[in-house]
Amino acid sequence: MENKLTRNLYMVPYALWIALFVIAPIILVLYYSFFDIEGNFSLINYQNFFTPVYLKMTLSSFWYAFLITLFSLLVAYPTAYLLTKTKHKQLWLLLIIVPSWINLLLKAYAFLGIFGTYGVTNNFLEAIGIGTQQILFTDFSFIFVSVYIFIPFMILPIFNALNELNPTLIDAANDLGASRWTTFRRVIFPLTLDGVKAGCQVVFIPALSLFMLTRLIAGNRVITLGTAIEQHFLVTQDWGMGSTIAVFLIIIMFLFMTITGTRKRGI
Amino acid sequence: MYNFEGFTLDWYRELFQDTRLLIIVLNTLVIALLSALISTIIGVLGALSIYQVKKRRAKNTILSLNNVLIVSPDVIIGASFLILFTMAGIKLGFYSVLLSHIAFSIPIVVLMVLPKLMEMSPTLIDAARDLGASRWNVLTKVILPFITPGIFAGFFMALTYSLDDFAVTFFVTGNGFSTLSVEIYSLARRGISLNINALSTLLFLFTILLVVIYYFITQRNKAQVGGIRK
Amino acid sequence: MNKLIRVFAAVVIASLLLLFAINRLNSAVGFSSDNTLTIYNWGDYIDDDLIDRFEEETGMKVIYETFDSNEAMLTKIQQGGTTYDIAVPSEYMIAKMLEEDLLLPLDHSKLPNLKNIDERFIDLPFDPGNKFSVPYFWGTVGIVFNREMLGDMEITSWNDLWDPAFENEILLIDGAREIIGMGLNSLGYSLNDTNVDHLEKAKAKLDTLTPNIKAIVGDEIKMLIANEEAAIGLVWSGDAADMMWENENLDYVVPSEGSNLWFDNMVIPKTAKNIEGAHQFINFMLDAEVAAQNTEWVSYSTPNKEALQYMPEDMVEDERFYPSPELTEKLEVYENLGKKNLALYNDLFLQFKMHRK
Repeated sequence: MENKLTRNLYMVPYALWIALFVIAPIILVLYYSFFDIEGNFSLINYQNFFTPVYLKMTLSSFWYAFLITLFSLLVAYPTAYLLTKTKHKQLWLLLIIVPSWINLLLKAYAFLGIFGTYGVTNNFLEAIGIGTQQILFTDFSFIFVSVYIFIPFMILPIFNALNELNPTLIDAANDLGASRWTTFRRVIFPLTLDGVKAGCQVVFIPALSLFMLTRLIAGNRVITLGTAIEQHFLVTQDWGMGSTIAVFLIIIMFLFMTITGTRKRGI
Repeated sequence: MYNFEGFTLDWYRELFQDTRLLIIVLNTLVIALLSALISTIIGVLGALSIYQVKKRRAKNTILSLNNVLIVSPDVIIGASFLILFTMAGIKLGFYSVLLSHIAFSIPIVVLMVLPKLMEMSPTLIDAARDLGASRWNVLTKVILPFITPGIFAGFFMALTYSLDDFAVTFFVTGNGFSTLSVEIYSLARRGISLNINALSTLLFLFTILLVVIYYFITQRNKAQVGGIRK
Repeated sequence: MNKLIRVFAAVVIASLLLLFAINRLNSAVGFSSDNTLTIYNWGDYIDDDLIDRFEEETGMKVIYETFDSNEAMLTKIQQGGTTYDIAVPSEYMIAKMLEEDLLLPLDHSKLPNLKNIDERFIDLPFDPGNKFSVPYFWGTVGIVFNREMLGDMEITSWNDLWDPAFENEILLIDGAREIIGMGLNSLGYSLNDTNVDHLEKAKAKLDTLTPNIKAIVGDEIKMLIANEEAAIGLVWSGDAADMMWENENLDYVVPSEGSNLWFDNMVIPKTAKNIEGAHQFINFMLDAEVAAQNTEWVSYSTPNKEALQYMPEDMVEDERFYPSPELTEKLEVYENLGKKNLALYNDLFLQFKMHRK
């Protein structure tokens, strides 16, 4: 018995963390979601969530998060693949990650300059004869900047998965006469699927609750669940409604995790 | 940002005379390094614990709990941590910021390390056991070396999260303690000042330099070690 | 394994060195001493030279922290855990803080310079008798516009904004009361209207403005307008002054239908430790010369009547920032409408934002 106790001692810090910083906040959020703005116990917040305003918001958050994840994946996968082929691959990887250490706000401000009416992009468009376009405060700029910010989080797990790939498997596929596309579809991609899933998880779910960029880059043309939560917590001080949206976000997250959850058979 | 009139080093000069800003930069670095280190340790322990869990449903539940902090909007994390800390009577400042950075970095470390553990073939551990290795030996000689890339990935992600965060820090800081992102945010009211840009550039170049040096040192070491083995 | 240990050891050593450096720097600057005064103010809302001067005169060490919204400040002070000796909330927030019993009464005998404040700004409804607060700056909400970009088109009222010629040219600040208030004002209703019917009408009217709106943004509006990203902006007067300083094509107008009159005020929160020092600081900031210097730096409108004589004439005589008595008549101070009505304002504002799609 004592042996078993000491054996499991290493689980203590993590369990403590879950209890204090995950379960306790969830309980707090759940608790607050049952109070209306005047501090009375009620279910009004849940009722409000199922009004067209919030349902529409949920749908559009999903749509944008989906697009952001898709484009991040489309860019990150080939990049990670090319990285594994380079000589100093770890160094290149680090050099891709380091820019994400620059503060998000500074990057967003830089994009305000780049995409502005008199910014670099429009100067370029002007020079090649397309003429000045409105880029800032459009869906395009919002998705572009979000993808730019999330890409390192997508590259890292995919790179790890690709890096682990046993090269002999690819050689074997080639020797057996598989085309490059078949090799990719049948061998490489399935074997790196877990990396892709991990990448999608760390991009899709935070993308649902983006809030800073919706204002800075999209000029509040895009309203996500995160924007609404921030408003309720910081502006309206309606912590009940904010918590209710958060409860739904947490539920969505649990569902998403179950769907993309790893289903490894115990071989 | 548009009114570009030429190059000057004035912003850098101004920067070095500003002790307060210097303290803030150092604070940011210390918090990032320490929180990344501690969260990596706890995260690796967590990944090992999850690895031990055999029931799939239990495993998925723990994983979902693990990810709650990644998906929760920063504002909620910040607000609930603030309530938590004040209930626990922790004075806001260095320790509250450090604790919350550790807290929100742990899940990403777990996510980086766990796939590595899953890849490891269980026969490897059985083999080590059969050869008479103790649990400690299995851990340090077999498991840890195998998952080292995942651990480093986790460490770097934790650093990234810590350096990037502003919303959570904004809520849980106090008593004169400040980090760079909070400072930038409050300066942003008047448009980004150029000496903040200068500062970010410096920090950025400094980290790039460190990364490159680190990389080539480890490369050389690896080559030497490899050479001896041969 | 060895590699892991080596890297981790390096991290620990680096952290310790950094901590040591911070410690040395902190004691060198004096932040670790006991004689400190903590001020919680908006970002960039004081002339730093004045803080230095105050430190020199009193020997106190000032810790200056900033917030970006009244609500964030309220949350921080409510939760305690950090000691603020002075905070600078806007007028509607003072009512809220009083409701929650978060403020300490001021000792007027320690504030002889209070007499410098214009009597127009004394004894206002949000704090009768100035028991808890002293006005710091005041201003209006209005329209900033670029003369160069608009040519000879004039803007004098809220309703002018609905002109189809301004398609995609307007930036709005991200504030529910300001924007819904614009709708209410343009229809001739009060800014403090709580009649649901009136509010719905205001929202419907705002929806028709959608084609003209380029974006709804936060503080970056200053940079965007100054850089001519858009020709028109709905802003606070202080921000307008900043923009006009950056770009001389810009002009500001308080709309003829009326608008909002706001105040930021110095208060002493319940959490204060250095109450004596806080009074000294408030009195210091009320000094005519100090207030003049601060106003020139911050460029908002000062409530300090005596300070005006130390300021440049063109600044004091600028009707855009020190509006004439007739216009001042039409300006309204926000009342505390209660949580429920505020939530209604915010819901309508959220729907207005979503309407854009």
